[in-house]
Amino acid sequence: MAATSRNRSFRIAVASGKGGTGKTTVSINLAAMFGEPVQLADCDVEEPNVNLFLRCEQLVTEQVSMLVPEVDPGRCTGCGACGELCQFRGIVSLGSRALVFPELCHGCGGCAQVCPNAAITERPHQIGTVSVGQAGSIRLVEGRLDVGVSLVPPVIRAVREQLRDDMPAILDAPPGTSCPVVATLRECDYLLLVTDPTPFGLHDLKLAVALARELSLPCGVVVNRAGEDLVGLYQYCQTENLPVLLSLPDDRQIAEVSSRGNVIAHALPEYGLMFAELAAKLKQELKTAGGRP
Amino acid sequence: MKKIAFTTSGNNLEAEMDPRFGRAASFLLYDMSQQSFTILENQQARNAAQGAGIQAAETIVRAGVDTLVTGHCGPKAFKVLEAAGVAVFNSTAATVADALEALQAGSLTAAAASDVEGHW
Amino acid sequence: MSKNHIRELVVLSGKGGTGKTSVTASFAVLAGKAVLADCDVDAADLHLLLKPETEQRHAFLSGNEAIIRQQDCISCGRCLELCRFDAVRAVGSVYRIDPVACEGCGVCVRFCPAKAIDFPERMCGEWMVSGTRCGPMVHAQLGVAAENSGKLVTTVREQAWAVAVDKRLQLIISDGPPGIGCPVIASLSGVSLALVITEPTVSGLHDLQRVLALARHFSVPTAVCVNKWDINPHQTERIEAAARSAGAEVTGRIRYDRMVTQAQLQQKAVVELDSTAGADIRTLWKQTLALL
Repeated sequence: MAATSRNRSFRIAVASGKGGTGKTTVSINLAAMFGEPVQLADCDVEEPNVNLFLRCEQLVTEQVSMLVPEVDPGRCTGCGACGELCQFRGIVSLGSRALVFPELCHGCGGCAQVCPNAAITERPHQIGTVSVGQAGSIRLVEGRLDVGVSLVPPVIRAVREQLRDDMPAILDAPPGTSCPVVATLRECDYLLLVTDPTPFGLHDLKLAVALARELSLPCGVVVNRAGEDLVGLYQYCQTENLPVLLSLPDDRQIAEVSSRGNVIAHALPEYGLMFAELAAKLKQELKTAGGRP
Repeated sequence: MKKIAFTTSGNNLEAEMDPRFGRAASFLLYDMSQQSFTILENQQARNAAQGAGIQAAETIVRAGVDTLVTGHCGPKAFKVLEAAGVAVFNSTAATVADALEALQAGSLTAAAASDVEGHW
Repeated sequence: MSKNHIRELVVLSGKGGTGKTSVTASFAVLAGKAVLADCDVDAADLHLLLKPETEQRHAFLSGNEAIIRQQDCISCGRCLELCRFDAVRAVGSVYRIDPVACEGCGVCVRFCPAKAIDFPERMCGEWMVSGTRCGPMVHAQLGVAAENSGKLVTTVREQAWAVAVDKRLQLIISDGPPGIGCPVIASLSGVSLALVITEPTVSGLHDLQRVLALARHFSVPTAVCVNKWDINPHQTERIEAAARSAGAEVTGRIRYDRMVTQAQLQQKAVVELDSTAGADIRTLWKQTLALL
């Protein structure tokens, strides 16, 4: 496990197969009731919403950039080698000087390598920002993708780099099971999956569990909006040896508190206790690294 | 104006214009001197996950096109076409024949810049 | 039938989980006969409610991935040195490429001195044409760690159009992807109407504004509906005002109703159960039809 080999405090990723299951709500409330100082990383960089709840005002923001090519017109002969290599149409050359499209570039550096005339150098191009702030016992690290950019993983990588090793961290992952989620889960020690007991929730949970399996991550489940019919979900969790660490009821009060941008654990103390219990169970899980699917 | 590309969803002059450029079904290439046409599939660009407009521009430039008539052309494709010296005209005509007629009558104006914002 | 008579409605949401799919499924039931297109391929949930029976399956390929042919690898380490995505793993003198980390840039393929790296197309999932109780449906399924793309959405929409022409159906209803990225743009361009389903939350307003800006750029007529509006009437009014000033129509409101979850559990559309939300969605459908 990365945590032990690098002598680093543990990292818990909170994810769900789809959006709208309450992933961010769980991340924030878990952090609020963690019982010790904790880092909360907003890795949903396309729609970072954590700070709408934490409301840290003093954020220290840094640029996240990626290397993109720059063409020296004096040296470029328009041979087309760069455009031929580029898989993403980030650089195109049609008999004239090569044109660069930074928003499509993935920063692989291949064009600079392949150019026979050394006409291409690389320069940093901003793709997003990482901000750090403090709200009570929570150290917030928020990634934000610039509008117009589609390359999410480098911004998430930058968020991970801002995390301190001497403090546990909770990472609020983007929805889904695609590359940005994989980028978030790298170097995490535990995956907390948030789901609801609907067929949608179960279907998407299965996808997320498949991903956890592929990455060999131990995981546990939080059931949100738990109504009457939990049999299917519980059966699945049991078969897959997934511990259900918390069930939050389908309570209109929760929806109302959240819609106003308030933290449930603070506004509704009975739920605060449930999240404190979740934190305790997670710490226990991390000791045993149980629930490995 | 020697070789004109029209974006189309069909394969003859009476076919409907395809308003898209990057992900257009195909191009009808009209040769002015021969008054004949050929169909060029836009397969490569349609297969691109991203940057379809750039790929489509590359396809028609390589086919020797000097004029493009389409519904909408995004900024990246426009940049490539401009660099390669291809004139771009926007048309809302229903069929390729109508668009060709409008072009020959001089009633289409050359696009000075891309007419739609790119994807962001 | 000419393509010009076909109308296409896309149902969007700024972010996931606003009830978009429940509305789409209800519309499918109310429309009676329409072609359904599930463009929300990351969380393709429409099939859970409409229980499609698949008639055709096609592989979906996108991009490429690098694979080292072990018998030809000379263990020089050049690929490891060049890869910017930490995708090359070396164990002793054995080099492998992690398919999840591989970006598909092809740099290692180009510079391998032994030409020992293959670069096949990447199989990302499949797209299907199916039959449902509400008409034909085009949908897709992605592999784990594969990503939705403009290409996949375009494929689903084009197939939906082909089915509509073939079966002489005049309406296409698409469940659009969340967010504002390339897949959303691909689902939006050229549709007759985009209906945005949002929630009265702080993030709902923020996300809605981004979607409306996008729709405006593509000159697509838009309508906005607030789901669970009664959990925060004040925020609902703010959202509706913002929608109007962005040039969108405000069509209907849907009340908070636990029957929505019940409907999902029974694998039904909300309008197939007797419910307040179902009644609201019926009204919404009438208003939406008037805008189409």
